[in-house]
Amino acid sequence: MSRALAFLTRRRGHGGRWHWTDVVTWVWLLGGTVLMFGPALWLVASSFKGPAQLAEFPPTLLPYAQIAVPVAGHDAPLPLYEVTGPDGTTRQLAEIRRIGTNAQMVDPAEPGTRLDVDIAARRPVREVGLALDNYVRPLVANDFLRFLWNSVFVTVTATLITLLTNSMAAFALSKYRFRGRDAVMLLIVATLMVPLSVILVPLYSVVNATGLVDTLWGVILPTVATPTGVFLLRQYMLTIPDELLEAARMDHASEWQIYWRIVLPLAAPALAVLAIFSVVWRWNDFLWPLIVLSRRETYTLQVGLNTYAGELNVQWHYILAMTVVTMIPVVLVFVFLQRFITTGIAGAGIK
Amino acid sequence: MAARLPGLGAVVAAPLVLLARAVDPPLRWWQRVAGQGGMAAVFLLPNLAIFGVFVLVPLALNLVYSTTAGTGILLGGRSFVGAAQYARLLECGDYLDALTCREDMFWTATANTFVFVVFQVTTMVAVATITALILNREIRGRGFFRAVFFFPVLLSPVVVGLIWRWILQRQGLLNLIMVSLGLDPEVWLNDRTYAFAATIGVSVWAHMGFYTLILLAGLQAIPKDLYEAAEMDGTPPARVFRRITLPLLGPNLAVVLVLALIRGVQIFDEVYVLTGGGPGTSTLYLTQYIYEVGFASVLRNPGLAAAASILMGLVLVVLTLCQLRLSRRGAARDAK
Repeated sequence: MSRALAFLTRRRGHGGRWHWTDVVTWVWLLGGTVLMFGPALWLVASSFKGPAQLAEFPPTLLPYAQIAVPVAGHDAPLPLYEVTGPDGTTRQLAEIRRIGTNAQMVDPAEPGTRLDVDIAARRPVREVGLALDNYVRPLVANDFLRFLWNSVFVTVTATLITLLTNSMAAFALSKYRFRGRDAVMLLIVATLMVPLSVILVPLYSVVNATGLVDTLWGVILPTVATPTGVFLLRQYMLTIPDELLEAARMDHASEWQIYWRIVLPLAAPALAVLAIFSVVWRWNDFLWPLIVLSRRETYTLQVGLNTYAGELNVQWHYILAMTVVTMIPVVLVFVFLQRFITTGIAGAGIK
Repeated sequence: MAARLPGLGAVVAAPLVLLARAVDPPLRWWQRVAGQGGMAAVFLLPNLAIFGVFVLVPLALNLVYSTTAGTGILLGGRSFVGAAQYARLLECGDYLDALTCREDMFWTATANTFVFVVFQVTTMVAVATITALILNREIRGRGFFRAVFFFPVLLSPVVVGLIWRWILQRQGLLNLIMVSLGLDPEVWLNDRTYAFAATIGVSVWAHMGFYTLILLAGLQAIPKDLYEAAEMDGTPPARVFRRITLPLLGPNLAVVLVLALIRGVQIFDEVYVLTGGGPGTSTLYLTQYIYEVGFASVLRNPGLAAAASILMGLVLVVLTLCQLRLSRRGAARDAK
């Protein structure tokens, strides 16, 4: 027995013995994994459950759906129940309709005879199954397809504008010497200190004055001139040797061509990092869209979700499914591009 | 680090390439007329224009709004009242009891935010430091575990709020765990204390991965030979931690602390979705107060909201200056 235990706990290094810190490490890491992924997995599992199953307590781990069987003489398949008879025997019956505390049921094998059953004496017959309707209905019947499109539009447009304007500014700030350059840099440092939550009222008034309230452009424009982006790109462009630019000037390249054909392609790694950050930022934006957008057609996914989740009678089966949809792009970034973000944070401390 | 995103990138880029070609001739003409300085202006213009309109103008306007009264957002319909909005915010019978203040909601929100920040930042820094220390050990699957703790950082605050609302609800996962442990289930978000604790826990859950990464980068920058020398001298691990790890991680810890403070003061999104500030006003924080006074409540008062946001902004400016000083000191140390 003690031999087996020794084998199980044997590890390399440290003379093959477990130190208490190793135990703490693995408890922390495995506990952390459950705590970090668990809630999101629980959300995904719940999102495939029908409304009746969501109202159950205790909840099941996996989504189940009630089996429905076709019965001769009925157009739609009927839900199947397991009925316990007065003598203790059980049989499977399909429900035709429910009347008060009784249900009119039928044996699928002999569709001719109808039986009257107390609903306390029956249990639904279920199998693991997905309530895909949770996903289809909000997208088709409610406005979530619209919200999804709005979010995609905001994210893509804002990211493109961010990349263009930030890289242009970064190019001027890293490759030109001109009067007032330091002042411009200082201005950009200063704007780092101005979080959105501090200028909500006047920003709304500016957006109102430019006629952008209730439009997606009102969401996009105030967010695109990110000082972090300018910083990140400028630091990277400083590493591009000036000789390359001089050589191009010798060949009569215009300054715009130098920016577009030489500096931008060379700054691709930094642009990729900024693009990934920008996509996550803009997709996740909530407070500003919440303020600017008041017409339902203009809602982004985040605002739409909040609105539906704030109703008195929350339709959780739809909300959960749409939360999963909202999570998808970010999970994709996590799976495929996570290392760009982690190097960005570890290297430059941006978020 | 260089990676191309083929396919999609090309499709998006095609119209941009055309655009870039189209703007070249006029810009070439401008370059001849205005020289290189003129070109610098052209490159800076789009970004600075957007900065100016959507950051600098609002900054100046904020002062104007905070000194005027009225329910409308248009400046024309507002009257100058001097420092009355500030006076209204700061007037209190007894500064230790929010209910005696004229603007009791502001003081409730301020007190809540203060307690929240104290507990949240302490927990955040502690948890992130422990996690970073553990991830810095030689363990199998380190990359995987680093990613695990980072996962919630990417989730949108709305998603975070809804995930936890679903777990903490009456028939949720937490109550399932409580019942299976033989404890009584609880409607967590209807209880003032639990709801407050939930906002702390959820925001730590959502953001700790970010701070862990910064601290981990700091730990990995500590030279390995220091540890090897300590090991050869037979220094006990606790002493190694106190004498080597902690002092060398110090600047990173300070930056993380200030960053967490700055973000903690502004907490809004996930709390708004999770509790909506309730039950009652138990999780009402400053940003939500500003949002509700300025935009959401029936009796809108943009002037009051602007004054409150300026007061919050002052706190943030102080914290940001601390951060800049700390990171500059860190940079100076790295350069040596």
